[in-house]
Amino acid sequence: MASILFYILAFVLLAATLLCVTCRNPVHAVIYLVKGFFALALMFYLLGAPLIAAWEVIVYVGAIMVLFLFIIMVLELAPREQPQGPGWKRWVPGLMLAAAVIFCSLLIIFQDPSAASGNPAHFVGPRAFGEALFGRFGLAVEVVSFQLLFAAVGAYYLGRYQPREQDKEETS
Amino acid sequence: MTEMLSLSNNMPLFLGMMLLKLVVVFVVVILIVAYATWCERKIIGHMQTRLGPMRTGWHGLLQPIADGVKLFFKEDIIPAKANVIPFLLAPMMILVPAFITIAVVPFGPDVTIAGLAVPQQITDLNIGILYVLAFAGLGVYGIVLAGWSSNSKYSLLGGVRATAQMISYELAAGLTIIAVFMLSETLSLREIVAIQSGPLWGSIPFLPNWYVFTQPLAFCLFIITGLAEINRTPFDMPEAESELVSGFCTEYSSMKYALFFMAEYANMVVIAAIAATLFLGGWYGPLPSSLGFANILMKIFAIMFFCIWLRATLPRVRYDQLMRMGWKVLIPLALINVAVTAIVVVLT
Repeated sequence: MASILFYILAFVLLAATLLCVTCRNPVHAVIYLVKGFFALALMFYLLGAPLIAAWEVIVYVGAIMVLFLFIIMVLELAPREQPQGPGWKRWVPGLMLAAAVIFCSLLIIFQDPSAASGNPAHFVGPRAFGEALFGRFGLAVEVVSFQLLFAAVGAYYLGRYQPREQDKEETS
Repeated sequence: MTEMLSLSNNMPLFLGMMLLKLVVVFVVVILIVAYATWCERKIIGHMQTRLGPMRTGWHGLLQPIADGVKLFFKEDIIPAKANVIPFLLAPMMILVPAFITIAVVPFGPDVTIAGLAVPQQITDLNIGILYVLAFAGLGVYGIVLAGWSSNSKYSLLGGVRATAQMISYELAAGLTIIAVFMLSETLSLREIVAIQSGPLWGSIPFLPNWYVFTQPLAFCLFIITGLAEINRTPFDMPEAESELVSGFCTEYSSMKYALFFMAEYANMVVIAAIAATLFLGGWYGPLPSSLGFANILMKIFAIMFFCIWLRATLPRVRYDQLMRMGWKVLIPLALINVAVTAIVVVLT
């Protein structure tokens, strides 16, 4: 059962990411990528890591892809002269993939999670995960978080408001 | 300790109870949503020394039904230049996450049926809070797709505002919740309610051990960020009537508009239910635990009344004020709250 689910999800994931890089409309691409992340989250759940599945949805679907959409909308990247004719055909693959993801998640929900997972011995709860993350891999977590801090400081430095030389002269 | 009812030890009872719980919760939420619209109009009316709806039924009690019937019979318009499928999907994508989130809210202590403990909760996930956060973030896709697919500048501006607002306030909301589960040491909402039962800090008998007393700052921050996430006044920037016509739902009519309207109130119910569960003891409350259902409903109604009261009191904030408050006030405060909580947890 778990392996059938895995293959369905793997197919959805590959198809969605393929459509994401090939389709021309950036908003559609983002929606396909969201679908791919959902399939990935379900795969993590299937592997016995509900916590990572939840984070996948929170971080990637809930935050990063929303940011992508925001930037696409602000820059108005959507092709203006897109054909508005028979629109439903372009959405058929998307809707089919969404149906497959919903089908798989329903199958997982209606089974005992321990039975649905291929190897129930590795079903990791949040407590064990946290202890491993901040105990055994504590140093690695700190290093990565420092890198993110550097990135944030760098972004702030690049993006901060700098009055140009000529502006200064004009105001003075 | 009686065994929990599960799919493996009594399948027909499990499925029956599950169906019953789903139907009851769904009907109750729909009823609250319908009558929240009536309450909002009545309360704001009286606050502004008007009467609010009076014509349909006793004091306008049938007004939600009349509104529903009216919206059913309106013409359903799809703009010619709209992107049809996302235009049709958007109202559902906004309403479904709200209803899904309710599934993890416990509304009473366990009931023993046929020797098995049945939790008064649709499902208890060990990642309960993270599940709530995950689905709370999904509602914004409905707003964004509605704004984008309508192919109208007001809708698009509403959608863009919704994304920026959601990203800014979701961070602060997540950080306030972290402080709660640092104290509870569990992510399951069922266990969080169990921890909040009993006297405060085990020593003060006249107050319950609710997290609102231990984490007052987190509670205030959660209510503020919650209001911003569900786009309620004073943070209703995505639909700001005075500048964007009706924001992301400008082009919608008939039942699709009604779905957006329902989603707004359903989201309000969800935020109230989560706040009541995390900070106000959930079903453990002033009344005895056997009336857990009444306890949590009372708290939900109190928080919803507060939201409506705010709408009557406060004007809409400006967009730059909203962003500045999110990033420069709420997130630092939430971080300080997490740090202080961590120090206290380590020391005690």
